[in-house]
Amino acid sequence: MRTLIYLFIGILFGITMFKSEAASWFRIYEMFKFESFHMYGIIGTALAVGLLVVQMIKRYKINSFFGEPITFFPKEKSVSRYLIGGIIFGLGWALAGACPGPMFTLAGAGYEPILVVIVASLLGTFLYGLLKDKLSH
Amino acid sequence: MISIYEPWPWYVSGLMIALVMFLLLMVGKNFGMSSNLRTLCTLCGAGNASDFFKFDWKTQKWNLVVILGAVIGGYIGAHFLSSDLTVAITPETIKDLKDLGFESAGSAYLPNELFGLSALTNIKSLLILSIGGLFVGFGARYAGGCTSGHAISGLSNLQLPSLIAVIGFFIGGLTMIHLIFPLIF
Repeated sequence: MRTLIYLFIGILFGITMFKSEAASWFRIYEMFKFESFHMYGIIGTALAVGLLVVQMIKRYKINSFFGEPITFFPKEKSVSRYLIGGIIFGLGWALAGACPGPMFTLAGAGYEPILVVIVASLLGTFLYGLLKDKLSH
Repeated sequence: MISIYEPWPWYVSGLMIALVMFLLLMVGKNFGMSSNLRTLCTLCGAGNASDFFKFDWKTQKWNLVVILGAVIGGYIGAHFLSSDLTVAITPETIKDLKDLGFESAGSAYLPNELFGLSALTNIKSLLILSIGGLFVGFGARYAGGCTSGHAISGLSNLQLPSLIAVIGFFIGGLTMIHLIFPLIF
């Protein structure tokens, strides 16, 4: 049952990524060129509503659909890992035009070359696992 | 009235992303897609090479189901919910991209030069896709999250680390588009 709910949420997410054009390489390029409001509007709206949702859940201690408390895990404090990791991610995001959610959406949409991006991103993740202890965090 | 068959406007799209995050929170989970890459590495046996991949992947099974849903959603979106796949980027962007050699700008969902079948036999396209993917995977794990985990979930929870990560995303993205693209295209 719960698995079906996760699947439904994922489908909703996939459709949204495709129909919002957030999965389009062109939109990512346009965003970094500051030539359109589209992507900023999407992220801004999601963030504004998301902020409201999260703060309401916290303030009113809303429980999950299954009656369990909803917990938020604060991120570890650091600057270097977020900044350096973020810059590396940004370089790749702009080049491949896809981040870890939309790349799966594009695989479903039938663009075969995205599989190269997915395999490479798995390799990148693997490489991080190998080098983790040598990197500044 | 706006038809769902047309591209969704930004406010509908943003609202839907917030809804996805809300639903995940309400089933006791969180919105973050790049963790799946780590889980997939673990499934491929990466635990033999690094302790980073030694964890019980079953605790992340729910997220793999979400990403499977995202694949199905992409299929539905492209095949049943779209009458025209053209992305209406601004004329300015179309001109910029045509100058760089992207002929499909303004008449496709993705650039044919990178995502058409012919890209699979073109060394330059393959390099761009692989290096892009490699950086996305490495960077997301190093930064502890991607666009969903930091820019949406983290910022919604007022996390300073997420703000630093998002600033990083933009420094990287702007560097790529403004400084590196003119060198490689």
